[in-house]
Amino acid sequence: MKRPPTSQPTTSSGATAREDGVFNRRHFLVGTATSAVLPLSFGTTGVREAVTDAALPTQVPSSSVALLVNGRTHRLILDNRTTLLDALREHLALTGTKKGCDHGQCGACTVHLDGEPILSCLTLVASVEGRAVTTIEGLAQADGALHPVQQAFIDHDAFQCGYCTPGQIMSAVACVEGDRAGSDAEIREYMSGNLCRCAAYPNIVAAIRAAKTEVRS
Amino acid sequence: MRPFIFERATSPESAIAAFHADRATSFLAGGTTLLDLMKLDVVRPERVIDINALGANEIEISEDRLRLGASVRMADAEAQEELRRRVPMLTQSLALAASTQLRHMATLAGNVLQRTRCPYFRDVSWSACNKRLPGSGCAAMAGFNRQHAVLGASDACIATYPSDFAQALIALDATVDVVGRRGRRQLPFAKLHVPPGRTPEVETTLAPDELILGFEMPIEPWMSRSLYLKIRDRDSYEFALASAAVALEVDGGAVRQARIALGGVAAVPWRAREAEQALIGRVLDEASCQLAADIAFAKAQPREHNAYKPLLGRQTVARALLQAAAMEA
Ligand SMILES: Cc1cc2nc3c(=O)[nH]c(=O)nc-3n(C[C@H](O)[C@H](O)[C@H](O)COP(=O)(O)OP(=O)(O)OC[C@H]3O[C@@H](n4cnc5c(N)ncnc54)[C@H](O)[C@@H]3O)c2cc1C
Ligand code: SF4
Ligand code: FES
Ligand code: FES
Repeated sequence: MKRPPTSQPTTSSGATAREDGVFNRRHFLVGTATSAVLPLSFGTTGVREAVTDAALPTQVPSSSVALLVNGRTHRLILDNRTTLLDALREHLALTGTKKGCDHGQCGACTVHLDGEPILSCLTLVASVEGRAVTTIEGLAQADGALHPVQQAFIDHDAFQCGYCTPGQIMSAVACVEGDRAGSDAEIREYMSGNLCRCAAYPNIVAAIRAAKTEVRS
Repeated sequence: MRPFIFERATSPESAIAAFHADRATSFLAGGTTLLDLMKLDVVRPERVIDINALGANEIEISEDRLRLGASVRMADAEAQEELRRRVPMLTQSLALAASTQLRHMATLAGNVLQRTRCPYFRDVSWSACNKRLPGSGCAAMAGFNRQHAVLGASDACIATYPSDFAQALIALDATVDVVGRRGRRQLPFAKLHVPPGRTPEVETTLAPDELILGFEMPIEPWMSRSLYLKIRDRDSYEFALASAAVALEVDGGAVRQARIALGGVAAVPWRAREAEQALIGRVLDEASCQLAADIAFAKAQPREHNAYKPLLGRQTVARALLQAAAMEA
């Protein structure tokens, strides 16, 4: 979804992070994601959005939203069309959450809403006001210690390209913490909403199995 | 997506009051159908009313009745231990649908009002779709129709009705509790959806300003002998190619009552009443289950790519009945 002119973040956290004089790959990616390049890089929707946007009235209907993400409240004025996914990535610069299909079919955009795994691409940001959102950036502890599921993904080589990984990990955390990792079959069924184009599935299951033991002990 | 006005309703009354007859208005529940179709430009509301804060979250189970609020999430209904035991068909129809994330978002009312997955309906670059553009024709008729319906369809539209949960509701004789400008009413779930006929754009008997508040149904002890069998292209996270919701009351080896509903093969939630009748008084064995399955698909109308469905459907019904017969009720 293209960012309309009225939707400027009102907190400093929305700004693109770039320390003076330092330019690294992560900052470059964040910078690109908030620029006008975005619609083109995500295929079919770009074309349709371009057509509809041409007919936009100058003042698109917007809402003021208090968005609670990883324990911090952000006040934003956003176009009503903004999904939670686009708010996170484009307005809060939290680009850990990925956009795969944008239609609820791949799980790359999985975040937690009040502790439950949901798809941020099919969630309007205006509809989650006051509810607690947790993203992949909110899993590690303040001192940088990884969540046991994150560590297990590293230990078990549970990814290749890594694009689906934040979504996989968010689902996996819910799977382990919700006590739904009783068997490999139960893990696979619970995790079926997260597709992995690299087919890292066996290692993902192994990581969850190991993380379960870790979390329980 | 087109711009829209966003409002939040905190009660059914405020949701109905926010409804404007002169502007295309949509109620937003979990959004897993609505947002998807808005992004595809298939549905174009000018006004979206968020109904997530209006209540209707109750799950009430008594000795002989069940009430499920419209806003109950699929995941929450599916997790009810008592329901799993007393009406396994119902919780299985939820657990076998969509994905974990989608079931945490999606509501029960949204589920039964979800729209077809017909690819020509979902892609506005196809000009012929009677459901999306009344009178424009049907691209699926001579197109790729492997997923399409063989029961209850018409020459104007052969789209499959996709919900799993709806098959459990129609099998259980559920009623729908509805409120709108003209007040509150109850209707049988079997009367909620209408077959496509010559007007496939009309899918339900709800007025545009009417809200579903909940679903109610009788529960009887024999319904513990029930199940939902879903056959699909992959084992999880996929819509049904054919499915059967069955419940059996067996007395001294013979069937006293049978309920059979079919998913993935019909244009609307589908109750196979003649097949049910054929089982009454009979002992459940290969022959009687196969007979019921044959009757269920006797009027099937296959097209080019879905010609496999009547056979798959029959096998699904027969297997579901045999499995239910073998259950300990
Ligand atoms: C990838 C994918 C796979 C899926 N697989 C399956 C599957 O295997 N089986 C299955 O059954 N489903 C499946 N679904 C569909 C999913 O279950 C539905 O999208 C979901 O149940 C809709 O519920 P919702 O609350 O999100 O509805 P919404 O999208 O919010 O609403 C759907 C429609 O219902 C209307 N509505 C909602 N609540 C009310 C109310 N109380 N009163 C009046 N109108 C209302 C809305 O206005 C809208 O028109 C799948 C969906 C996706 C995206
Ligand atoms: S089957 Fe129905 S929904 Fe699909 S193209 Fe034909 S008219 Fe449209
Ligand atoms: S991006 Fe949300 S499910 Fe694919
Ligand atoms: S690791 Fe590449 S898509 Fe999953």
